[in-house]
Amino acid sequence: MTDDREHYEAVVVGAGPGGAAAAATLANNDVETLVLERGTEAGSKNVSGGLIYAEESAPYTVDDLFPGFREAASERPVTENYIHALADDKVRTLDLGDIHHHDTEWADAVLRRRMDSWLAERVHEMTRETGGGLLTDVRVNGLLREDGHIVGVTCDELDPIGADMVVAADGVNSELARDAGMMDWEEPEEWFQGVKAVVQMTPEEVDERFDIDDDEGEAHLFSGDLFEGVRGGGFLYTNRDSLSIGTVFHLDSIAAQQAEPHELLDNLLTHPLLARWIDADYHEREYSAKLVPDSKKVAHPSPHKDRLVLVGDAAGQMQAQGPIIKGMNHAVTAGALAAEAFVEAKSRGKPGKAGSIYEKKLKNSGTMSKLRPTSYRATAPVSENGVVAGVTDALARSPLGSVGLTVADKLGLVEWGFNSPLVLKTLPDIRTAYATVPEVLAKATGEVITETSEVQPPDLAERIGDLTYDTDVGNPHIEVQDNSWEASGTAVTACPVSALDFGGGCYREETVKANGGEERVVSLDTQPCVECGTCAVVADTHWEHPHGGKGVEYREG
Amino acid sequence: MRSVVLTKGVPDFREGAVSFDEDGHLERGKTPTVMNPNDEFALKAALQTKVRHGGNVSVMSMGPPGYKEVLQEAMESVYADDLYLLSDREMAAADTWATGMTLATGIEKMEERPDVVFAGFKTADGETGHTGPQTDWCLDWPIVTHVISLDIDEEEGILRAKRLVEGEFDEIETVEAPLPCFVVTDPEFEPTYRKAAHRLTWKDLREETQDRAENFEDHLTVWNQEELNLDPDYIGLDGSPTIVSSVDPIPKAPSERDATMVTPDDEEGMAEVFEEIAPFTTGAAEAEGD
Ligand SMILES: Cc1cc2nc3c(=O)[nH]c(=O)nc-3n(C[C@H](O)[C@H](O)[C@H](O)COP(=O)(O)OP(=O)(O)OC[C@H]3O[C@@H](n4cnc5c(N)ncnc54)[C@H](O)[C@@H]3O)c2cc1C
Ligand code: SF4
Repeated sequence: MTDDREHYEAVVVGAGPGGAAAAATLANNDVETLVLERGTEAGSKNVSGGLIYAEESAPYTVDDLFPGFREAASERPVTENYIHALADDKVRTLDLGDIHHHDTEWADAVLRRRMDSWLAERVHEMTRETGGGLLTDVRVNGLLREDGHIVGVTCDELDPIGADMVVAADGVNSELARDAGMMDWEEPEEWFQGVKAVVQMTPEEVDERFDIDDDEGEAHLFSGDLFEGVRGGGFLYTNRDSLSIGTVFHLDSIAAQQAEPHELLDNLLTHPLLARWIDADYHEREYSAKLVPDSKKVAHPSPHKDRLVLVGDAAGQMQAQGPIIKGMNHAVTAGALAAEAFVEAKSRGKPGKAGSIYEKKLKNSGTMSKLRPTSYRATAPVSENGVVAGVTDALARSPLGSVGLTVADKLGLVEWGFNSPLVLKTLPDIRTAYATVPEVLAKATGEVITETSEVQPPDLAERIGDLTYDTDVGNPHIEVQDNSWEASGTAVTACPVSALDFGGGCYREETVKANGGEERVVSLDTQPCVECGTCAVVADTHWEHPHGGKGVEYREG
Repeated sequence: MRSVVLTKGVPDFREGAVSFDEDGHLERGKTPTVMNPNDEFALKAALQTKVRHGGNVSVMSMGPPGYKEVLQEAMESVYADDLYLLSDREMAAADTWATGMTLATGIEKMEERPDVVFAGFKTADGETGHTGPQTDWCLDWPIVTHVISLDIDEEEGILRAKRLVEGEFDEIETVEAPLPCFVVTDPEFEPTYRKAAHRLTWKDLREETQDRAENFEDHLTVWNQEELNLDPDYIGLDGSPTIVSSVDPIPKAPSERDATMVTPDDEEGMAEVFEEIAPFTTGAAEAEGD
C-alpha cells in the first residue's frame, strides 16, 4: 500500500436509497464513511415510479433511518391502489387495496431528485461526523485490487481510495458488480425497462381530479391490450403537484417485438381511460427511463466478495410483486443490513467477515425469500416453458377461459388472485398473466369507457430537447463493439430515446455499401443518452456511465 | 498557511452590461463594476492552498468604497476569512506603480506576514500585467509568474509551481521558490482536487462561508492613506510616473465583402450556394481566394 493513499473504513458507492441507508447506519455506528455519487446532486441520475413502501416485516424502513422523511422528502401518502384491465373500449377495475396494505406500514409516492437530495444532505451531515462525508460529481470506475483482492475503489475524478468495506449501491448496471464478475448484462429476460413521464398538475387539480384531500394519494395500474402484447404494464401515481405516469415492461419482450418504448408510453397517456385525469392541457415536465432488475431471476444469492458487498439494484434486489414494484424499500433494508454486518464483523475483530454476515442477515430477515420466492422457483420452469405457456395463453383466450374468468370475477376470485401475495409470487412471466388475462377479463366483464382523450404527448425530439445534459464532448461513455444489425439493431427500437426513422436519437439505422452489396448497420451518438442501461443488455457495446457530473441531469426523477 | 489574494474591480465589459458614449468612450458611471475576470484564477489558487493546507485567506483590493461588493464576491468564491480595502481619495487615479506601492504597504501592515500572495494576470481595463510584479518588487520577495499548477511543501517551506512560457513553442517550466513568495496565476491555471478529503474540506468551507459572506462587512478592514502611513508623493496620481501618450480607439473591421442573403427555401439561390462552396468541400481544390 502506498503511504499517501486515502483510506476510509467504509466507502459507499451511490447515493440512492440503498447507499443512503448503508451510510446512515454506518455513521450511526461511528464508522468512518465516505459516500461517492456520480450525479451532480444525489437523485439527478435516478428514476423510479415511485411508490416507496415501508413494510411491517422489514427490519429497516426509510423513516426509521431518516426521521422526518415522509414530511420532507416524499410527495403524498398513497392509500388507494387499483388495477385497470383494458381491452378495446372496456375497462374492468379491480381494487388492489388488500395487496397494497398487506404488510404495509405506509406507502408514499416520491420523486427521486427531491427524495435523494434530501437523504444525501442528512447523510453528509451524519458521515461528516465520522470523518468521512458525501461527495457528488465523482464516478467510481472500478475496484481497487491488491494481490487479486478487492481493497477499495478507483475513480475518474479522485486518486484510488482504500476501504475495509466497499458498499456497491450503484444501482442497476452496477459497474462494480460487473467488475467483480458478480453480474453480467447479457440476458434481456433478467431485466425490465421502465419509462416515465412526470406530468404537470397543480395540487388543487390533483385533489379535484382524483377526489382526494391534499394529504392523500392514489396509485393506478394498467394492463391489457393497449401495450400491443408487450409483457408489462403501466402506472400512475399522484404527487404533490404532478403525476408520475409510466410503463414497466420485460426487456426481452420489448426486444423481441421491436417495440418503441416511448410509443407504448404514449398508448397509455392517450388512452381514453386516462382522460379522467389528464386533458388537452397536458404538459410533460420530464421524460425518463431506466432498467429495473427482476429479483426473481437476478437477486444475487451471495452478494459479496472480499471486502465488497452489493446492495439494492446492484445486487438485483428489485421485487416485482405482480404489478407492484418494490425496489427502493429493499435497497434500504439491504443497505442497512450490510452496514450492520460490518459493524458486527468489526466488533469481532474480523471486518473481512462482513459479507458473509450480510448474506445471513438477508436470509434471516426474510428479505431474500421475498426477492427470490421458492414458490416461483418451483413453478417457473413448468409455467414459463414455451409449450405450456402457449397452451395456457390459448386456454385463457378460449371461450372456456373467458367464461371461467367471468365466473371467477363474479365470485371475487380474480380480485382475490391479484391481491394474493402467494399468487403474485408464483405469477409466471408470460403473456397470459400480463396481457391475456386482463384483456379477456375486460372484454367479458368490463364497463365501457365513455371518455375520449385529448392528450397530445410531445414527440421524442421535444422530449430530448427538454432534458438537461452536460455533455462530455469527445468522450462517449458507450461504444458499439459490433455495429451489425444482427448484433446491435435491437437498440434502435429498444433505446427509449431512439426510434426507427428518427435521426435525433442515440441509435440510428444506416445502410453502408459493403462487398458490392448493402449492409444494414447501426450508428451511435450518445449525446441524447439518458443512461438507462438498455443497450448494455440488448446490443453489443462497451458500456460505462459518464464521468462524474456529466450526461443527463434529471430534475424530477 | 496564510495567503492574500489581490483583486480589483473593473468595468463589466460583457455584452449588455458595458456602456459606451457616441465617441466610443467607456461610460464608467453607467457600466457596473465587477471583479477582474483574471483574478478568478488567483482566487482558485488561493482556495486550493487553503483546502490542501488549511490556514487563512485574505482578499485585498485598492479602490473606491464601491469595491466592497467585489470583495464580497471574492469572499464567496475563495471562502476568504477576511477582506481588506485600501481606499482613499488620495490614492485615486494611481497607475500600476503607485498601486503596487500601496498594495505592498497594505500587505506589510497586516498583523501576520502572509506566506503567499496571489495576483491574477492582467486586468481587463489596464491590460498591462504590471501590478503584480510591481507590488512584488516593493515587497522584495521571490516571484513566480504564469503559474498553471501549484504545490506547497510546508515542511520545507517551498512552493513548487508549473509555469507556462509562451513562445514559438509553449513550454512548461517547473520551478521552486522559498516562502514567502509572490504568485501570478495564468488564465490556464487549473486547481486539482484528487483527494476525497480535499473535496470534503472544500464543502465544509463553502458552508462556513455562506454566513460570513452575508455579513462580509464584519470581516472587512478599510485602511486609508493615513493608516497606511503612505507618502503622498508615492501614491495616487502624483505618485504615478506612467504617461499615457495617446489612446487609439479600436478601428472597426473593414467589411469589404458583399453578402448575399439566401433563404433556405429558395431552391435556385441554394443551388448557387452549393455551387459556390463545392470546390471547398472536396478538400482537393485550393481555395481560390477573392
Ligand atoms: C420506471 C421505474 C419505476 C419504478 N417504480 C418503483 C416503485 O414504484 N417502487 C419501488 O420501490 N421501486 C421502483 N423502481 C425501482 C427503484 O427505482 C430501484 O429499485 C431503486 O432505485 C434501487 O435503489 P438503489 O439505491 O439500489 O439504486 P439507485 O436508486 O439506482 O441509486 C444508485 C446510485 O448510484 C449512483 N451511481 C451509479 N453508478 C455510480 C458510479 N459508478 N459511481 C458513483 N455513483 C454511481 C447513481 O447515480 C445513483 O444515485 C422503479 C424503477 C423504474 C426505472
Ligand atoms: S443509448 Fe443505451 S443507455 Fe443511452 S438511453 Fe439509449 S439505450 Fe439507454
